[in-house]
Amino acid sequence: MWQWFFRLGSPKWFYEMSGKWLPWLFVLMTALLSVGIVWALLYVPQDYQQGDTIRIMYVHVPVASISLACFPLMAVAGIITLVWKMKLADMVAKCAAPIGAWFTAVALATGAIWGQPIWGTWWAWDARLTSMLIQFFLLIGVIALRSAIESTDAAAKACALLSIVGAINVPIIKYSVEWWNTLHQPASNFSMAEDSPMGPEIWVPLVIMIFAVYCFFVISLILSTRNEILERERRSQWVVDLIADERTN
Amino acid sequence: MSEASKTSHSSLFKKELGALGVDQEQVSTFAAFSATLRRDLLIALKRRNDLLNPLMFFLIVVSLFPLGVSSDPQELTRIAAGAVWVSALLASMLSLDNLFRADYEDGSLEQLLLSPQPLYFMVLAKNISHWLISGLPVVLLAPLLAYMLYLPADAYWTLVLTLLLGTPVLSLFGAIGVALTVGLGSRGLILAVIVLPLTVPVLIIGAKAVTDASLGLPLGMHFSLMGALLALSLSLAPLASAAALKISVN
Amino acid sequence: MPASAHTSSDSASPSQPTPLLRAQNLFCERDDRVLFSDLHFSLAAGDLMQVQGSNGSGKTTLLRILCGLNSSYEGALFWEGVPIEEDREGFLSSLLYLGHRVGVNKVLTARENLRWSCSLHAPVSDAEIEEALYSVGLAGYADISCRNMSAGQQQRVSLARLLLSPARLWVLDEPFTTLDVRGVKVLENLLADHVARGGAVLVTTHHTLEVPCALRRLNLDR
Repeated sequence: MWQWFFRLGSPKWFYEMSGKWLPWLFVLMTALLSVGIVWALLYVPQDYQQGDTIRIMYVHVPVASISLACFPLMAVAGIITLVWKMKLADMVAKCAAPIGAWFTAVALATGAIWGQPIWGTWWAWDARLTSMLIQFFLLIGVIALRSAIESTDAAAKACALLSIVGAINVPIIKYSVEWWNTLHQPASNFSMAEDSPMGPEIWVPLVIMIFAVYCFFVISLILSTRNEILERERRSQWVVDLIADERTN
Repeated sequence: MSEASKTSHSSLFKKELGALGVDQEQVSTFAAFSATLRRDLLIALKRRNDLLNPLMFFLIVVSLFPLGVSSDPQELTRIAAGAVWVSALLASMLSLDNLFRADYEDGSLEQLLLSPQPLYFMVLAKNISHWLISGLPVVLLAPLLAYMLYLPADAYWTLVLTLLLGTPVLSLFGAIGVALTVGLGSRGLILAVIVLPLTVPVLIIGAKAVTDASLGLPLGMHFSLMGALLALSLSLAPLASAAALKISVN
Repeated sequence: MPASAHTSSDSASPSQPTPLLRAQNLFCERDDRVLFSDLHFSLAAGDLMQVQGSNGSGKTTLLRILCGLNSSYEGALFWEGVPIEEDREGFLSSLLYLGHRVGVNKVLTARENLRWSCSLHAPVSDAEIEEALYSVGLAGYADISCRNMSAGQQQRVSLARLLLSPARLWVLDEPFTTLDVRGVKVLENLLADHVARGGAVLVTTHHTLEVPCALRRLNLDR
């Protein structure tokens, strides 16, 4: 178990293995995505209240669920960085932050697009949108801190710590925003997606889309991490060999 | 000088080697804690500007609201709670930079980190003195400013009490951000970008408690949430700040 | 590229069962540049060791690693035979570190500065502070704000801590830089006296030490 864990920590091992996983992930993602999109856009019945608008859910919910997973992921990577000083964990955390910020931004944008026909406005201080917005700010904070610290090592540790603090804070923020929202103003009489009971013809494509977007997230993260590995390990022999190989081919 | 170099070493050194006994440890942790607290308060007293600036900033920001929103008492009453809380938040943000920077620059921070005493208590002492210097005056000035914004009379005690519970949380969270950025050249804005999102729950609870108090709603929940936040940040934030300081001096 | 560093001692130090401080196989790189690797040395009670090396050879980094201010290294450090991370508190209570930045707050007076920095280890009395200031040539300066002192005088305030501390190991980073001739003499005597009473000193300096005791050297160049 531990041996496996520490081998995973070797950037070289990760680079080689992820190279083997990537094609399979691509195939899986393409399959899931094409099934999910076609099903969601063409075969899912119209909602009796929202009509075709409901189809935005098939993008919004998967993207939002992944952006929520981003902080826990960075916090776990941060703990590994601080406790075991594993460089790979920091590379993953570094790459996860901007990807997570993009996912959060897309979740916010799709939320706004969805909100327009329902609430009649592009932006509402709905509990979920608000806590999503604040999570976006937290991610921006981590990215800003990373870019402000010059030493890679210090940046790794500082961002690890901030991610852990942020991850502890995210549930508190979420809870307090919900509490603020429900009591502060009349609860929005339509909350997205969860009110109406969903039959399998609605949630099965949703689950497929969630898995498809997860695949997309993992692929983006792996590709980005591979770049980071090459960048940081550019002086090590295996990267030099790798590049020499690429040149000759 | 010259006579000093002639004296034999036995009389020069004031302490025997390894004079710190194990039984002394508890006593000396408290001594170091209170010495750190007293030192920081002393520095603040000698630098009056540090005391005054956050307070002036607080005053100015609050008085911007009537200018920017409206001078109509009814409208001001509605925004009073939020305006005072947002201004207190910004004032505490502004004063944060004093917390570790001078110590980082003159090397005192290294001495602090190399103390055999638990770092938690040392950071806590600095946090407490920082709050006494920059947080407490804001709390005391708040009723006056609330009056200028026509806050309903029922809400005064709630305002002071929530600020009393909430501003230490702001200092404690802020200290983490300062500790992370103390070694950076330009840190003003990045500090705010890191710390402000973390303080959202405090702002929400504090401002809502004051608003609800002015509407005559029950407040038990607000105070227990704020108390929980304070307890949580008192126990965890100094640990995070200590870890962040170690990273920053590295 | 810098290779491994070697210890050379001018006079053979007495071999002792457990040295106070032992560094094993230290390796440190900064910005993809190896500062030192394979670095071994040990410091026994009564040892005065001067760390030498050209600018940027990693002297300050080495001292900060030994103190625990810098954790980006590989290798093992032992205090009295025990790995330092296992008994950090015990190690820190035996350590006195004076860095580039002297740790003297300019707003406070010499007395207030010393009272605080000593209280982090072991509290001292006012009389002891005054005597210590007298010994480093700052008689009558106890209640002068450090802002009004010269760099050399501020350095002397920090040197007074050497007299007020029960620490066995002194780690001094360039303590001679701002001192005048007499200050240098006082410090050299202090080093010798500390070593004579069974302490150990690790010091970096470009100044040629003239001490009435054995001097070991650790060279980081080559």
